[in-house]
Amino acid sequence: MTVLDKAVEPAEPVEPERSGGAVEGGAAGRRAGGGGSRPVAPGRRRAPFLLTTGLVVALFVLVPVAGGLGAYPIPTGDVISSVAHRIGLGGAELARVPESVLWNVRFPRIVLALLIGASLGCAGALMQGIFGNPLAEPSVIGVSLGAAVGAVATIAFGITFLGNWTVSVFAFVAGLITVFVVYAMSRSGGRTEVVTLILTGIAVNAFAGATIGLFIFLAEDTAAVNQITFWQLGSLAQSTWPKVLAVLPCAVVGLAVSPFYARKLDLLALGERPARHLGVDVERLRVVLILVVALLTAAAVSVSGVIGFVGLVVPHLLRMAAGPGHRFLIPGSALAGAVVLLAADLAARTIVQPAELPLGVLTALIGSPFFFWLLRRTRRKQGGWA
Amino acid sequence: MSSTPGTKSKPGTKSKPGTKSKLSTGSLRGLLRGRLGSGAPTPPPPATAGDVLVEAADITVRLGSREVLRGVSVAARAGEVLALVGPNGAGKSTLLGALAADLPVDGGVVRVHGRPVEEWSAPELALRRAVLPQSAALSFPFTVEEVVRMGRAPWARQPEVYEEDSDDTAVAEAMAVTEVTGFAARPFAALSGGERARVALARVLAQRAPLLMLDEPTAALDLRHQELVLRVCRARARAGDAVVVVLHDLGLAAAYADRVAVLRNGRIAADGPPAGVFEEGLLSDVYRQPVEVFPHPRTGDVLITPKRGS
Repeated sequence: MTVLDKAVEPAEPVEPERSGGAVEGGAAGRRAGGGGSRPVAPGRRRAPFLLTTGLVVALFVLVPVAGGLGAYPIPTGDVISSVAHRIGLGGAELARVPESVLWNVRFPRIVLALLIGASLGCAGALMQGIFGNPLAEPSVIGVSLGAAVGAVATIAFGITFLGNWTVSVFAFVAGLITVFVVYAMSRSGGRTEVVTLILTGIAVNAFAGATIGLFIFLAEDTAAVNQITFWQLGSLAQSTWPKVLAVLPCAVVGLAVSPFYARKLDLLALGERPARHLGVDVERLRVVLILVVALLTAAAVSVSGVIGFVGLVVPHLLRMAAGPGHRFLIPGSALAGAVVLLAADLAARTIVQPAELPLGVLTALIGSPFFFWLLRRTRRKQGGWA
Repeated sequence: MSSTPGTKSKPGTKSKPGTKSKLSTGSLRGLLRGRLGSGAPTPPPPATAGDVLVEAADITVRLGSREVLRGVSVAARAGEVLALVGPNGAGKSTLLGALAADLPVDGGVVRVHGRPVEEWSAPELALRRAVLPQSAALSFPFTVEEVVRMGRAPWARQPEVYEEDSDDTAVAEAMAVTEVTGFAARPFAALSGGERARVALARVLAQRAPLLMLDEPTAALDLRHQELVLRVCRARARAGDAVVVVLHDLGLAAAYADRVAVLRNGRIAADGPPAGVFEEGLLSDVYRQPVEVFPHPRTGDVLITPKRGS
């Protein structure tokens, strides 16, 4: 008799909601909804469509608004006109200064916010699916801070031999190395135990944090220290088109690949073995998705620093609204992540004008109490998370 | 349950004219998916009664340094219910785990549909056998109906040749026989232990594999549903499937199994029809508890009770 399966008993018994035990017996002859229609709660079927529509509308409203607002205000109409002009749909070019502000300062920042938000939201949804734990996040397994070590090293030691791309490349390489170290260390006997993986992630996070502290201590001058601190807080203030280009390939590849694994992630919710019984090559799924998560997270961290809670809160909210199915959750989290981060960045740079709040600080300030509330609410509702 | 292996989809066999376009889009989809992953797995050919669908040949399994199974040989044939019984720690679940390819064997070989189990890919195995684990867990709040529908995943890349093979039919039927249709829209986490167990069973039935492996499917169930589950097992066997089921209740095993394998300390102590295997000396010895075996006064069925006090 093995004890393997017995260890995963549900955490606590839950009281049945709604109709209680009245469904016992006599259901044998009842057909499912009659004529093959699906007896799924009606709200849940409509929710993905409504959410997608709402988010797309929000995106189309937010982009021109974000383009217009800032230290140098540009009327929203002018923003739309300039965009229309550039893509050849009429409109008109603006004066030299607003045109330059719009296209060299605002739009790279907006595009970057969208890309990074989408990457973080998607990475969060994937991570939670891989670990079967709605509280997992890329930073849990140490990718974020691992990537940060690479970026901080370049600033602290004045490494610039790759020019404008130095920080991105170092962050990406360090992030990838971190994932592989975590993965290799938590793997034994051809399996990856989730608990081991998360504990290893915690250890790696601690080590990465200490390394960053050491780099700050060793930094060449106070300017570098200031730069590191600024970057550590998470910000999109130094967005440029080359940075957009640096993020674009990683983000696009990651975002394009992940929806193909939605069905398999659904099955993984049953547990590793049942997923395998249903034909999922669990180990391969893990390796591929961990790579994708590394790609998405490292891309985001390399240009913006550590921006927390987007990958945690966004998938949570979508799951509550539209159910846990990954076929909507993965693309939905990317879309919602983009909208949320664009809105957050807009707030970060306009609330305390002419100064600017660090974006990471803002997301954490809003995100953590919200997350705390979410935590308690969900736990009360679900009776714990297995 | 009307799911004999013969009704499963068979690409390449003659198809009605109406299904032709469906088939071609299906194969096109298969081709597209084939570029991303491995190609669609082939479903098993229909089995005839008596075919060995899973067998363990002289297998040894170690968990850590402990030998949990030693030289165990057992086979499950199409058309019969094989019950694995024995005291706690005898190796029943380990044996089922080895047969299901969850646990690697340290000696001997496990064959599924005649081929060593490690030569099958996960998607191919999923079309050949369904496994019910001892306890059902779920990490996200999917509804009951969504959980049962997950059992159809192995067939996602198979063209639907026959109407009765459709996912909706299979899901509705599996939910009806396990009596969970009434709470199809409720979240799985909101169910009681016994209800969860039946939902998990419905998912396994919806998979419509010709080989069923159930690890203590009756443990959390009330009297009525224990009987119901084993009636379902027997119906599946009569329809041509092979069923391997781990049971603690010897009375259920005696009533519903075609063959019983009794395990003791990682070995097979007895293997055969219940009438032959369930005798007082053997059971008293295996369970280290005096046991009485006698015929039911009216029906003549085998009854097993522990000897108490007197």
